[in-house]
Amino acid sequence: MNGEVDTRGDYLQAIRTLEHELPGRNSWMKDLRAAAAARVEAVGFPTVRDEAWKYTNLAALMRQRFLPIASAPSFANEQLERLLPDGLDTYRLVFVNGRLRADLSSPTLGNGEVASSLAQQLRDHPGALEPHLGRVLPDAIHSFAALNTASFVDGACVRLRAGATLERPIHLIYVGVPEALVQPRTLIIAQAGSRATIVEQYVGADGDRYFTNAVTEVVLEQGASIEHYRLQQESGRGFHIGGLYVRGEAQSSFTSHAIDLGGLLVRNDLQVALNAVGAVCTLNGLYVADGRQHIDNHTCIDHAKPGCTSREFYKGVLDGRARAVFSGRVVVQPDAQRTDAEQVNNNLLLSEDAEIDTKPELEIYADDVKCSHGATVGQLDLDQLFYLRARGVDDAAARDLLTFAFANEILQRLRLAPLRATLERLLTTRLLQGRGIRELELL
Amino acid sequence: MATSNREVEELIGRQYRHGFTTLVEADSLPPGLNEDIIGALSAKKQEPAFMLEWRLKAYRHWLTMKEPKWAHVHYPPVDFQSIIYYSAPKSQKDRPKSLDEVDPKLLETYEKLGIPLKERELLAGVAVDAVFDSVSVATTFKDKLAELGIIFCSFSEAVQKYPDLVQKYLGSVVPYTDNFYASLNSAVFSDGSFVYVPKGVRCPMELSTYFRINASKTGQFERTLIVADEGAYVRYLEGCTAPMRDENQLHAAVVELVAMKDAQIKYSTVQNWYPGDEQGRGGIYNFVTKRGACRGDSARISWTQIETGSAITWKYPSVILEGDNSVGEFYSVALTNNYQQADTGTKMIHIGKNTRSTIVSKGIAAGHGQNAYRGLVKVLKGARDARNYTQCDSLLMGDKCGAHTFPYIEVKNPTAKVEHEATTSKISEDQLYYLRQRGLSAEDAVSMVVNGFCKEVFKELPMEFAVEAQKLIGVSLEGAVG
Repeated sequence: MNGEVDTRGDYLQAIRTLEHELPGRNSWMKDLRAAAAARVEAVGFPTVRDEAWKYTNLAALMRQRFLPIASAPSFANEQLERLLPDGLDTYRLVFVNGRLRADLSSPTLGNGEVASSLAQQLRDHPGALEPHLGRVLPDAIHSFAALNTASFVDGACVRLRAGATLERPIHLIYVGVPEALVQPRTLIIAQAGSRATIVEQYVGADGDRYFTNAVTEVVLEQGASIEHYRLQQESGRGFHIGGLYVRGEAQSSFTSHAIDLGGLLVRNDLQVALNAVGAVCTLNGLYVADGRQHIDNHTCIDHAKPGCTSREFYKGVLDGRARAVFSGRVVVQPDAQRTDAEQVNNNLLLSEDAEIDTKPELEIYADDVKCSHGATVGQLDLDQLFYLRARGVDDAAARDLLTFAFANEILQRLRLAPLRATLERLLTTRLLQGRGIRELELL
Repeated sequence: MATSNREVEELIGRQYRHGFTTLVEADSLPPGLNEDIIGALSAKKQEPAFMLEWRLKAYRHWLTMKEPKWAHVHYPPVDFQSIIYYSAPKSQKDRPKSLDEVDPKLLETYEKLGIPLKERELLAGVAVDAVFDSVSVATTFKDKLAELGIIFCSFSEAVQKYPDLVQKYLGSVVPYTDNFYASLNSAVFSDGSFVYVPKGVRCPMELSTYFRINASKTGQFERTLIVADEGAYVRYLEGCTAPMRDENQLHAAVVELVAMKDAQIKYSTVQNWYPGDEQGRGGIYNFVTKRGACRGDSARISWTQIETGSAITWKYPSVILEGDNSVGEFYSVALTNNYQQADTGTKMIHIGKNTRSTIVSKGIAAGHGQNAYRGLVKVLKGARDARNYTQCDSLLMGDKCGAHTFPYIEVKNPTAKVEHEATTSKISEDQLYYLRQRGLSAEDAVSMVVNGFCKEVFKELPMEFAVEAQKLIGVSLEGAVG
């Protein structure tokens, strides 16, 4: 036909071999999976001819034909310890190959709050999950998210009762395994007035090749508040397609911090539906890429009802032959009067071969609104460089210092101090003169 | 799939075999589009062989294309086989005899815009004497231009008189393969304007199609080609503020600008074609391809557009910045009222070093109007120190309209500096209140606020055009705020 690899059949075939392992025996779960598989079959995987995938060519991923594997290779506690942010005291759940490893996880929460295996929750409390699982995802979803719905084996489920406040964050760690398709699924249900911080961390051993196809759904009922961190630190040869789909009810507040440091080919979809009056969301994002990394962030905020507020602030630093894509869509529906939406995307290009494609979009169907967006692409400010050079800082260190300052503006927004410190350290080690910067004792 | 492909390929590969004799005799060609029609059209216009070949190549390419669907506009499908692609200009006896026979609504608008009486007759299509003032004025102008070596004539005339120039530049900016409507235009374009300004010549007057210096009537598939040779300067005005009487629903024009080293072209458009009635019935589909190429170093191309008419506007005047230090500018006001839809913007392609571009777009949506800005700023690898500044503002009036912004920014060079800013807001109640309090009527207050919003674009227009444009915005917004 057109020379493209059509892997639909391979994936659907592989799903069938997983049949016995798939969680949830209820008819609604089976229907959900069947509908998702039918969508994959009907639509196929996106290509650069799809507007939403225009700048992200998946040919390299499709050629690999990563398929699910049943048995997880060993993953020891020491390997895990290296990945954890220092001094972060959390309720921890570790998933290897998309399956919960109880031996690496910390004990579950008390007081009726739940943070546990999704498969187990589907077995024990299917009724609590049915209204939400797979329903936050929009119907016209791309085939990767549908594939996850059709064939996830396990993942995390967080349920917070009305009014509950979690003191410690919940930490979900997803470990990729070599040569496999790993499909973690996360469902977070925050009932009225509950509050929690949730950290999702995606990791893999350096040099490993694998494909993480993750989907997270978050439901915030009235007045609920969730601070969500997504740290993408996949292996430098790993593929990552991740979707975060959020529905916010009245007066709810959702904050996302999306940090992309790893992965060879990364695509993130972040969609927030502000579904009732007074819902608020804040999306912060930082992508730092070099080598041949490709990082694509597609965000969409749907102001469906009046009086909602959204703030979005994404920054990118690109070196080597890296390429990043940012597409930020803000939709204001016909009824959504008194909408207040702001979006900013700033990019720093450090090398001749780096590339950025950015597309901030506003789609507005109401008149009483305050919406703005801005996007910039540039290099380091020569005046600032001169200032540092005049004070005896050498050129390379001065450049790194300014680069760090540029990226750090996002990290400063993270409320979890231990996590912020860890990321600052990671960021400085990424810079050539990282040690030099620390020696300047400016940090 | 395979069979239809083959059929298409056969069609494309088929050479033109027929004569045109019978068709040439007719006053207008039958509706529909095929190679016979194109052949007949070309023969009627007595075009040289290269033109016919080019048209046929374009037509064969067009057959392989699909109508674009990506724009943020909705309309019933256009039946390309029901369009008459050539008809002789209307004879005098079919036209209204005097202004008394013209639709009073149209006359009322002319009155508001302050159009001189004689021009009203021309615009309304009233049959006029051959000795009409502007014709003689036109002749004087033409003599003056000829002295300087400037060519300004209809496209048909240029094809006859300057085939070498036409062949050299036609399709060099917008190739016949460019897009669906550009290919269609390349195959069937009826007429348009041709301008050539020789080396170092500064065109002493603003060239305009409004004053009909090139007297011949242009149809729905216009083609304009403007070439400014090294160091030349020309300013071109297209369209007019007055609503034009026009029976054609589909307009697919192509405009190509070529600016050589140190040359400058300023192209201004005021588009006010029939937008349809209050219920959104009727109105012109305006699907236009406009592009300029800064071929030499330090060339400048500037587009200014005031888009208030048409049921659907789909146009992206663009600049390809090939020469080092070349400059591209785009200033736009697009207004949609009632059920009008506009998807308009620009493309700035930075290829040369130190190239600069500025984009200022003002969208105004009222009633059920849908107004989209769609733009691309592309900085290629070699474009060191490229600079772009983009500002898109939208003003909303009424809760049924929409304003959308779709900017694409692609940067492959680290020394480039690209900035994009967009805001969308409601027309300020405070400002309206302030003006009303000082005794202005609601409509005047709205008109004043909107004109302030558009000021940055209006100042790019020649003075008398700017004055008319301001009035036009007021007239176009009538009834938008109750």
